[in-house]
Order: sequence, then structure tokens, then C-alpha cells
Amino acid sequence: MKKIIRSGRIIDPRSGTDAIMDVFIAAGKIVGLGESPHGFHANREIDASNMIVCPGLVDLSARLREPGFEYKATLESEMAAAVAGGITSLACPPDTDPVLDEPGLVEMLKHRARSLNQAHVYPVGALTQGLKGERLTEMAELRDAGCVAFGQSNMPLPNIRVMMQAMQYASTFGFVVWLRPQDMNLADGGVAHDGEVATRLGLPPVPVCAETVALANIILMTRETGARVHLCRISSAEGVAMIRAARQQGLPITCDVSANHIHLSEMDIGFFNSNCHLIPPLRALGDRDALRAGLLDGTIDAICSDHAPVDEDHKLLPFAEAEAGATGMELLLPLALKWGAEKKAPLAQVLAKITAEPARILGVEAGYLSLGATADLCIFDPEQYWKVEATALKSQGKNTPFLGMELPGRVKYTLINGNIVHEG
Amino acid sequence: MNNPQLNKNGELQHLLTTEGLSAAILLNILDTAESFVGVTERDVKKVPLLRGKSIFNLFFEPSTRTRTTFEIAAKRLSADVVNLNIAVSSQSKGETLLDTVNNLSAMHADMFVVRHSQSGAAHLIARHVRPEIHVINAGDGRHAHPTQGLLDVFTIRRYKPDFRNLRVAIVGDILHSRVARSQIHALTTLGVPEVRVIAPKTLLPSKVERLGVHVYHEMEHGLKDVDVLMMLRLQSERMLSARLPSTEEYFKYYGLTQERLALAKRDAIVLHPGPMNRGVEIDSAVADGKQSVILPQVTFGIAVRMAVMSILAGN
Repeated sequence: MKKIIRSGRIIDPRSGTDAIMDVFIAAGKIVGLGESPHGFHANREIDASNMIVCPGLVDLSARLREPGFEYKATLESEMAAAVAGGITSLACPPDTDPVLDEPGLVEMLKHRARSLNQAHVYPVGALTQGLKGERLTEMAELRDAGCVAFGQSNMPLPNIRVMMQAMQYASTFGFVVWLRPQDMNLADGGVAHDGEVATRLGLPPVPVCAETVALANIILMTRETGARVHLCRISSAEGVAMIRAARQQGLPITCDVSANHIHLSEMDIGFFNSNCHLIPPLRALGDRDALRAGLLDGTIDAICSDHAPVDEDHKLLPFAEAEAGATGMELLLPLALKWGAEKKAPLAQVLAKITAEPARILGVEAGYLSLGATADLCIFDPEQYWKVEATALKSQGKNTPFLGMELPGRVKYTLINGNIVHEG
Repeated sequence: MNNPQLNKNGELQHLLTTEGLSAAILLNILDTAESFVGVTERDVKKVPLLRGKSIFNLFFEPSTRTRTTFEIAAKRLSADVVNLNIAVSSQSKGETLLDTVNNLSAMHADMFVVRHSQSGAAHLIARHVRPEIHVINAGDGRHAHPTQGLLDVFTIRRYKPDFRNLRVAIVGDILHSRVARSQIHALTTLGVPEVRVIAPKTLLPSKVERLGVHVYHEMEHGLKDVDVLMMLRLQSERMLSARLPSTEEYFKYYGLTQERLALAKRDAIVLHPGPMNRGVEIDSAVADGKQSVILPQVTFGIAVRMAVMSILAGN
């Protein structure tokens, strides 16, 4: 089926394109940008005037909750949420049940996802068996089954020798190791940033040094092993400064931040709002500002949704007992736009953080628009504000700190392989 | 953000923490408690203010003392009291906190007195109960124990009525103490100009000075010229979690002895929320000495809890 997307503002961060023109799609590919291919007759026209046409979003951390946690969310509900948010490619962490540590499980997930004909799913395999931090997984086999990187999700890697060897082994094959820096002992039992709010509310704290101590180890091990490392969901100003210094020394490190953390701080916990129980914890205002600045200067490469749908029962508990996490895929674009508007960042740079940059980190062919590229597109109205409420979300998880807020950017169409998979 | 403790007329709907309440509200509780002190000293220790009301003591964490004082307070107001030790009943059967509360609400409770090991549990319950039900926090995690904080300031006021010239020291495990937090907010709201906390660094939460207190690490400096000493109970777990080496060393450097008490003003008073660890945070000579007001605290605790219950029921 051939399509024309008429009169949209095409923004492709990778090539630097920013112009109003038509996009021509045939056989799932972009066959024309601006100029119609010879003899092109469209079956469907999409009027994108006053809208932005950009590459489909790429999300580095989206929990689909399958297998194992279908009461929280199902692949169907979360894939619908992804395309409603303009996401066409996503990486899912290995913390399913069972853990993604065997090729068969990865193949099954890829197969289930493919059969839905929605976003492309890129599993991150477990770095250690059962995420226990003891024995390595069969990384090469897992790569053949479809894993694009290896990590521990939120599980610790307590033994630094295992960390070093996992990095050495992964780098043997050129695999990227994804780590969220957090020292398990310093963070033990903690649920909120070690600061004024946790002190007032009497919540067990997670100190900043839980992040920086782990980060120091990872940076040293990166230097030692030469492994490529992607740092997930950095949370502190000191952490950003350490990463900036490490990158200036030329270490092969990339970094992401969750969309929640560039807008919120410990103050948002208010009176024990369990929707603000997140991993890592929301930190002080100064930390949030450093994350926003780090994103702008390129220390932080990408924004991820850190999508973690939680069912109501597991949120209606005292703060510390409530399960951590927030639904996020449908908020990724609005929260990125909000950051960009507040920091006066060019739109192309904002979109790069959720398209071209995460695609580069994943090492997949996605996140760009050019002749011959797969027609994975997001078409959105940047001016339209919408209210975040349970009924407006496709995700089975309705829990987010942004409930009740008005956010900019409504996805109008999402196309995957040239097919319209979402119309908003 | 609306204050979850107040109704739309700005009156006390729940008592969850001493933080965020006005001096007027706190003083009203203290003044009301004064009128109940007389009741507790009479032969017939009962008033009919809460006749026909049902008060449920929901204790998700074991506590004999606090539960008993709430029970006595409710009975002296002629309320019907139901005690539930949920730590050993429904929670172990997998029922959630809110399920338990909903079930009890259906039994037409008027008031819940809640003790829970998690900070914020009373807030959660208050947010989900029917609007006619009142919640009193009887201790949630490390967060708050407002009736204890109030009975402490009530006791102080009885001996030191002018709060504008007071120097108060709170000594011990501030980090884990809901009592200390409730004391600090009540004292600072009522205009006490200098509240000190004294503890080793391992027992102080970060940014504690933001609560409006002065931080000391040594008794010798911290106790100098204070009018009121509020001692905190030291739990033995603190040794297991490597925050302290031993009770002996703690007593040697932070225990309240007669010699240390002499650093404070001559007429200083000593409080302790109980139960005391004699020889750990306080020496028996001090606990039983003439500057100790520890037993009056217990008596006043009943009057303060009666005051809170009657004010909530009236609103």
C-alpha cells in the first residue's frame, strides 16, 4: 500500500533535515522525500500540515511484563501503548519471569512481538544467569537469538570480579554491557533520595554515593577491560560530572536518563505519593537540573521512558512497600518536548534524544528518515496539550507521577514498516 | 497541595503528623488536654463525649503501651473500643492494608488509631477512608508519632510554660525515631527558639538541620544550658547494623548520667518516651531522680489522646 504524507515538517536529526515536504512510502520503505517518485499513485494520503514528521521513537527501557507478570501488563496492551506514544523500536530489559537468560525465551518473546506487527522489540539479554550476578549467560547464543546488549536491569552485580569478567567476555564479541550504577549495600533497603524529604517523611534513604561508588567501579573496569558500556538511568549531579569526565578521557561510555528524572525531584513525593516511588529515586532539584544540563551538552545521550507498568494493588501500599516504577511510553515524547521547550533546545536535538541517539546506542537500523529507510514514522502535533489520566493511557499501567498534568505533543499517526499502526 | 490532615474548613480531620499544623491547632489540642487532666484525677474518670462512637485500634506493629493509653483515653471518653492486632491476623493471610481498612469501615467505625511499621501508612489509610472517619497516627515507621510529640510538649509546657525562652535537646537515635520528628515539628511550630539534636553521625538523618534544629555530636557541648532534655530509646538492632559498636560505648558517650545532667540548667527537666533502657541511654539515678518527668508524661499522655479524639470527633 502506497502512502503520501503531505505538508508535514520533516525533522530527521541524523541527517539534519528540517523542512516542510511530502513523504512517499511504498512497500514499507521511504521512496521519496519532497519529490514524488515517477508514476507514484498513493492509496492513502495523510494530511500532516502543522504537524511534525519524525523517525519513529526508539525507547531504551520498556518493560512489557511478559513473560511472567501478565497481571501487570501484557504484550498486547504495552505494544499498543508504545505505538500510541509514537515508539516504533524498543529495548526491553531482561527482568521478566523467567529472566531473559536463555535463547529460547528470547526467541519466543521476539516471535510473540513480531506476530503483533507493532513496534520492533530488541531484548536486552541477562548478563548473568538468573540476573544473580554469579555466572555468565551464553551471550553469543543470546545475540544469535536476538539480544542487542546485555545487562542486569535493576539487579546488582555484587562481585566486582564477575563484573570485570562479564565485561571482558562481552567485549570479546563486541557486545555492549548495560549497567545501572548502584551499589547494593549503600542502597540497601532505601526507597527515596537521601535528603530533606526522606528525612522529613522517615523514608529509608538511597544516598548519592550508592550511584557514584558504583559508577567509579564501572568506569575503572571500562578502562581495564576496554568493554563498551551503556549507563542506564543516571540520577545524580555527581554522577553526570563523573560521566562527563570519563567521556572526555575517551572511554567508550554512553548514558541515558529516564523522562521522569528530568522533570521531577524528591519534592514531588509530597505526602507519600507512591507513583513517585521510582528506581533510581527522584533526587534533589540540583540533581534534576544537572541531568537536564547533561542532556543538553551531550553527556547524556538519550532519554528513555523507563516504562514499568504496575497494577493498582501494588501501588496502593505504604510508599516503601509499593512497587517501584511508572508507566512511561506514552509520555516519552511529551516529556522530551517539555524538557526541550524549557531548556530552549532545538527541536532536532530534542528528537535526537529519543530517535537517532538511542538507535545508535542499540546499534540498530532505526531512528532516521532517508530514502530507502524503513518507513517507521511518528507524526505528532507539537502544539496540542493533553491531560494525563488513566482513560487517556493505553498501557495497562496507569501509574505515573504526571497523572492530572497537561503535557504537550499528541501523537497523531504512528507508522511501522509503512503501515499505520496508530491513529490518535 | 492540600494538607491531608485538615478538612475544607481548615479543621483537624486526621492527626497524622505534627508537621504542617498551625500553632493554633496544636495549642487547641494542648488546652483541651488541660481540661482532661482534671478528669483523669477524679474518682469517676469518665466523660460522655464519645458515647456511641466506635474507635478501632489498628496495630499492624506490636505495641502494648501506646495501644493501652489510646484504649484508656477512648474509654474515658465513653467510646466503644475494639483492639485489633493485625500483625498476627489478616496481614499474614495476605489481605492488603486497604482491604483490612475497608472491611473495618464497613463495621461503621468512627475513628481508626493506626500503628504501622511503614512510614506513610496512616496517610494512605486517611486518603482512602470514608470522609466521616477520622484517622489518628499512633506511629508509622520512622515518620511520625504525633500524640507522643504532643504529650511531650504538653509535659514541657506544664513545667516550662514560656516556650519563647526554651532550649531543648533531643538525644539519641534521631535517624530511626518517629518520636524525634514529631517532637521537632511541634516544638518549632510552637516557637521554641532553639532545638538541638545530639547523636553520633550514624544516628542522624541527612539534612536534619533543614528541620530547624542545631546539630551536636557531643553531650558536653550539646547539653550546655538546656532547659529540657528529651532522651530517645536505643534499639539493640543498631549494633547489628554497624551503626554503633556497643551499648557500653554508647552509654559512656551519650548516656544521660547525673554528671552530664549537671551541664544543663539547674532546673532542667528530663523526658523519655519509654520504654527506657536503663544503663543504655539513661542512668537509673536520672530516670528516677527529681528532674525526671517521665511518669507524668505517661499520665498526661492519656489526657492528650483524649483531647485529640474529642477534637476530631467534634469536627
